[in-house]
Amino acid sequence: MKIRMQFIFAVVFLIVIGESLLVRAQEEATGIDSYTYEQNESCLKCHGHKLYFYYNEGVGHDVKERMNPYFIIDSAEYYASNHKNFTCTDCHSLECDDFPHSGQMRMEPKFACLDCHAGDEAYAKYDFEKIEVEFQKSVHFSRHSEDFTCSMCHNPHTYKINARTNENMAEFILYDNEICLTCHADISKYQLLTTKENPNVLKTHSWLPNQVLHFKKVRCLECHTEVNNDILVSHNILPKEQAVKQCVECHSKDSRLMASLYKYQFTGKRSKIGFSNDAMLEDSYVIGANRNYYLNMISIGLFGLVLIGIFIHALLRIIIKHK
Amino acid sequence: MSEKVYLYPVWIRFWHWTNALMCLLLIITGISMQYSDPAYPMIRFDWSVNIHNITGIILALSYIFFLIGNMLTPNGKHYIFRRGILKNIIAQAKYYAFGIFKGENPPFPITVESKFNPLQKLSYIVIMHITIPTVAISGVMLLFPEIIANDFFGSRALHATDIFHVMMGFIVSLFLVVHLYFCTIGHTPISNFKGMFNGYHEKH
Repeated sequence: MKIRMQFIFAVVFLIVIGESLLVRAQEEATGIDSYTYEQNESCLKCHGHKLYFYYNEGVGHDVKERMNPYFIIDSAEYYASNHKNFTCTDCHSLECDDFPHSGQMRMEPKFACLDCHAGDEAYAKYDFEKIEVEFQKSVHFSRHSEDFTCSMCHNPHTYKINARTNENMAEFILYDNEICLTCHADISKYQLLTTKENPNVLKTHSWLPNQVLHFKKVRCLECHTEVNNDILVSHNILPKEQAVKQCVECHSKDSRLMASLYKYQFTGKRSKIGFSNDAMLEDSYVIGANRNYYLNMISIGLFGLVLIGIFIHALLRIIIKHK
Repeated sequence: MSEKVYLYPVWIRFWHWTNALMCLLLIITGISMQYSDPAYPMIRFDWSVNIHNITGIILALSYIFFLIGNMLTPNGKHYIFRRGILKNIIAQAKYYAFGIFKGENPPFPITVESKFNPLQKLSYIVIMHITIPTVAISGVMLLFPEIIANDFFGSRALHATDIFHVMMGFIVSLFLVVHLYFCTIGHTPISNFKGMFNGYHEKH
């Protein structure tokens, strides 16, 4: 009997140790603590799905309902985001735990980025205060004032740093451009702040040669913000009249793309095989910006030799003719 | 009074001047794009792109016109190497290097049967059967960059295609300069240019 009890105790002990090791390994692999998972599960079991169930006391059984699509949180996206270690109630009211939720909850004031990120040494390198100053110069702020919040662009449930960490340029360009298009290609969100019709982005950019390629290879930010080297990503969105429309600003040796899109891929003024702005060549080719020093020198040399040859030949013809 | 030979029928003159004008515009706009600089703008970049695209398409069509013309008329025979071409090229080169200064007559007089001297034949065959077709094909590929970059060869293809296109364009521009100079070697310095307008070649 005693041996049997010891055996059961050993098995339970091993299960507990095994599970805690498993949880630890999972936490290390995902960077998310198990407490967050558990806490958020009570919200995501409804808000993580298109359909949810609840016990309806009035009818006396479980009822299936459709979730408001604007209140659905994609848990995979959330746990890949920068805020993945936050529990829902870190930002939302503790009353969330009550169901049905109170009507008051819909009107709870939402946090702005600086409510958490301002004045904190841990975030000093991101210069949130400078971002705020830049944002206040932008057309978004001048047209819509305080109504235009950070979360209009940076969805706190999905936002993740991209340009500095993602080596797949096509992926982070798409990610960043989708931020703009969530309003500029969606009239329902666009009209949260205006009564105007949403201009068709394809039509307003019809002047742009190779439009599809430009949309895939550069971000809206490249032409629609003022370059600022003091902050990681420029936040001064310019009025459309001031957006870059001169092709040469990018298609030249001193391409502005090196200060924006390729800011974190910058490898040197000229590569070992002679291409200027060679960081661009990893994923693209920009006429005017990616010149080759050696090919230029060879072509100038050849052209010079041909002209010298012609000059000498012509001179000899003239001299002999006049002898 | 010099002897005149009718060498250039209307269709050849029309093709030649179309070709010349398109090549000139393509070279100017190509250089303007390749060396674009906000401080020293040659031609506005978007204008250059549009002019380059349109003239490039016209050049490609004019090349097809040239090929069809060569198939339907005897003109095609001038673009084929004959036996002994290497020896003849050396003889012609010697003439340009030395004989011309000694007052010698050209070793290969221009006739209806043979309207190009061996060096002209070599350069025209290289330009018309290698350089122009490849510059046109690479140009068409660059006209639809999203197709070559995404569907066929990957992102580096655009770069490789453009480098090739620029190199071929450079050869065309070298040819243009040399061609213009050699056209001054005629009965008079302008007789070959006149010939390409009135169709008649004036013999030395």
